[in-house]
Amino acid sequence: MTATTAEPRREPIISVRDLQVRFQTTDRRATVKAVDGVNFDVRRGETFGIIGESGSGKTTIGRALVFLLNPSAGAILHDGIDPLALPRREFQSHRRDYQIIFQDPNAALNPRMTILASVLEPLELARVGSRAERERLGREALERVGLPQEFGERYPHQLSGGQKQRVVIARALTLKPKLIVCDEVVAALDMSIRGDVLNLFADLQRDLGLTYVFITHDLAVVSHISERVAVMYLGQFVELGPTEEVAERPLHPYTIALLSAEPRPLPSTMREAQRIVLQGEVPSPIDPPSGCRFRTRCPHVQPLCTERVPEWRELKPDHWVACHFADRPNFSTNIPETTP
Amino acid sequence: METGQPAQRKAEGARGGARPLLSVRGLGIRFKTSQGIWQATRRIDFDIAPGERVGIVGESGCGKTITGLSILRLLPGNFAGLDGKILFDGTDLASCSARQMRAIRGKRIAMIFQEPMSALDPVFTVGHQIAETLRVHTDVSYEEARAKTLEMLRHVGIASPERRIDDYPHQLSGGMRQRVMIAASLICGPQLLIADEPTTALDVTVQAQILELLRDISETSKTALMLITHDLGVVAETCTRMITMYAGEVIEDATVDEALVRPLHPYTSGLLRSLPHLSPRHGRLPSIPGRVPSIAEMPAGCRFRARCAHATKGCEAEQKLQDAGGGRKVRCWRFAELNLPGALHPPDAPAAAKVATQ
Ligand SMILES: Nc1ncnc2c1ncn2[C@@H]1O[C@H](COP(=O)(O)OP(=O)(O)OP(=O)(O)O)[C@@H](O)[C@H]1O
Ligand SMILES: Nc1ncnc2c1ncn2[C@@H]1O[C@H](COP(=O)(O)OP(=O)(O)O)[C@@H](O)[C@H]1O
Ligand code: SF4
Ligand code: SF4
Ligand SMILES: [Mg+2]
Ligand SMILES: [Mg+2]
Repeated sequence: MTATTAEPRREPIISVRDLQVRFQTTDRRATVKAVDGVNFDVRRGETFGIIGESGSGKTTIGRALVFLLNPSAGAILHDGIDPLALPRREFQSHRRDYQIIFQDPNAALNPRMTILASVLEPLELARVGSRAERERLGREALERVGLPQEFGERYPHQLSGGQKQRVVIARALTLKPKLIVCDEVVAALDMSIRGDVLNLFADLQRDLGLTYVFITHDLAVVSHISERVAVMYLGQFVELGPTEEVAERPLHPYTIALLSAEPRPLPSTMREAQRIVLQGEVPSPIDPPSGCRFRTRCPHVQPLCTERVPEWRELKPDHWVACHFADRPNFSTNIPETTP
Repeated sequence: METGQPAQRKAEGARGGARPLLSVRGLGIRFKTSQGIWQATRRIDFDIAPGERVGIVGESGCGKTITGLSILRLLPGNFAGLDGKILFDGTDLASCSARQMRAIRGKRIAMIFQEPMSALDPVFTVGHQIAETLRVHTDVSYEEARAKTLEMLRHVGIASPERRIDDYPHQLSGGMRQRVMIAASLICGPQLLIADEPTTALDVTVQAQILELLRDISETSKTALMLITHDLGVVAETCTRMITMYAGEVIEDATVDEALVRPLHPYTSGLLRSLPHLSPRHGRLPSIPGRVPSIAEMPAGCRFRARCAHATKGCEAEQKLQDAGGGRKVRCWRFAELNLPGALHPPDAPAAAKVATQ
């Protein structure tokens, strides 16, 4: 998926600097560091993938990117400006350009509203045009996502999961956004439908010049659809680079393990003989390990990893990593027998 | 650090003519609903040999879970009847007495589920729950049961089990709870373990641990595994044979390698082709048009007909699960003349491109 044209020297569509998002636990005794110091740019017209295991902070980043929640520290710039500095009215209209779609289409659609009414709702809230004008836009959006006219009169329970997700996409499109954050948007869909919805995202991007931030825990999906991908672990990025690079020449031990753990639908002759099986599970974001957060599960851990936080550095052009030892030759293939 | 071997896939047992451990014949399951009687599945036939690892795959609603539940007679309350036979080591579980069933359930056949939290009782310690399973089925003392429980917890990879045995389920992580469930299911040394989406709720790195554990256990203790999943990758990593279901029927039965390399049913082939792993990056994903028909509007004849690119005159006839040679079975009369693509075409290969433009 590539954008048609992008003037090379413009501001990135989103720029994230030292982003932190913290939550109080329900008993108010502790702080969850859901996102803890993340830096990246989203380039106009690209699909930027974010991958990570559950609880790593993907959804939290996604919600912060569209200002559904406010950063605890750091900054998020849209087109070089800070939306939080805008006057209230301007902030509201600005937000329409940055939409988010979630995993569960059932939660996003009101069961008592017709499909068309659901699609029109954001236009009504934003008071766009006349009634007739809004209806035209709504029907246009339904057509764009490949739903026949008569679906407008139906109710959510009369549609399949894939069709409902199309309605949710249509709804996000009516406001003609520049960017859509897609949070696990195909996870709830059956496998034979997933391809259809992913193809639809690609078509819309080509035709409308959209930018996507594509959040998923599914490696196959993210590496299929994204130009660049960030790997998240316990509230931080551990690696970021062009998808091909990250998938084929990963630099971080966690990325390497993640790629190796993914079950592949391949016959035995085509699969790798050795698999890296990580020990243990992700530690709590309330009290993350000192130094490198991955050290409690890292097969390469050294004494330095406990003491010092690895620097976020551009080890190869456009390819970033946070690991003290990522530049060692044969790092990825040379797995020690035992962990200290 | 541990490294795991991918599943060795030889068709053990089943093909060699060994007597199957489980033999399901003509199984159909009906439910009472407000709209009348639902025929949820029908004509399900398959065998599982002793020690064999069989994956049951298919999309949501195709009947995987209820097939598993029917083997243990654990179907939900509005269950309205069952056709066919479920032969387990000579006993027909579909018609045996409730007493016979109780002696088999949990002891000779065990089951684990997607969400271990719902299967574990929150008010008892995990050690108590595992030990109870053993005490129900065997004549062991409390001390013996506890010792065996500790040993089993260690066996399923729980570090320092003496510290965990008195924990309550909510004190454990998702991966540990699934290990506890596996320990509870294995404590009586079952001949068959039915696992329904055991890793779907887990992260991919934890999933890899659990699948490796299931594979090792099945290999070392010769426990047969019936693994229910919608994930073809999970089947490929874990099982030796793959049974594909569609709209309440078995439509293909083959070794995993055969099914992946040269699927015989257009649905199996379509599913494989639609996976993003197998398509060139950023290319169009081939997809199966339409959707699974609902039970209320099930067509006569081949149930895949409305979505099948190879449908012709003749497909409106009822399709039997027929022998395709070499121990394979397929529910499509055209299988011999169709040459369907599988998972073997590497990305960017011409075959993949051809499918994509269809
Ligand atoms: N209690 C019930 N009453 C009526 N119909 C039921 C009942 N339980 C299951 N069904 C129907 O039986 C069919 C098979 O259900 P089952 O739960 O076995 O699907 P599955 O293949 O396990 O799907 P999933 O992948 O979503 O778990 C579905 O059409 C379902 O709606
Ligand atoms: N509203 C909230 N209150 C408290 N903790 C939260 C809240 N939202 C998210 N978290 C916590 O923040 C962390 C990251 O969550 P999330 O962004 O949802 O992860 P992901 O989307 O990667 O699964 C988790 O530990 C989660 O429990
Ligand atoms: S910094 Fe150390 S612990 Fe962290 S990923 Fe690198 S080697 Fe592993
Ligand atoms: S019987 Fe006909 S419609 Fe059914 S799968 Fe075979 S070719 Fe397709
Ligand atoms: Mg999430
Ligand atoms: Mg199920």
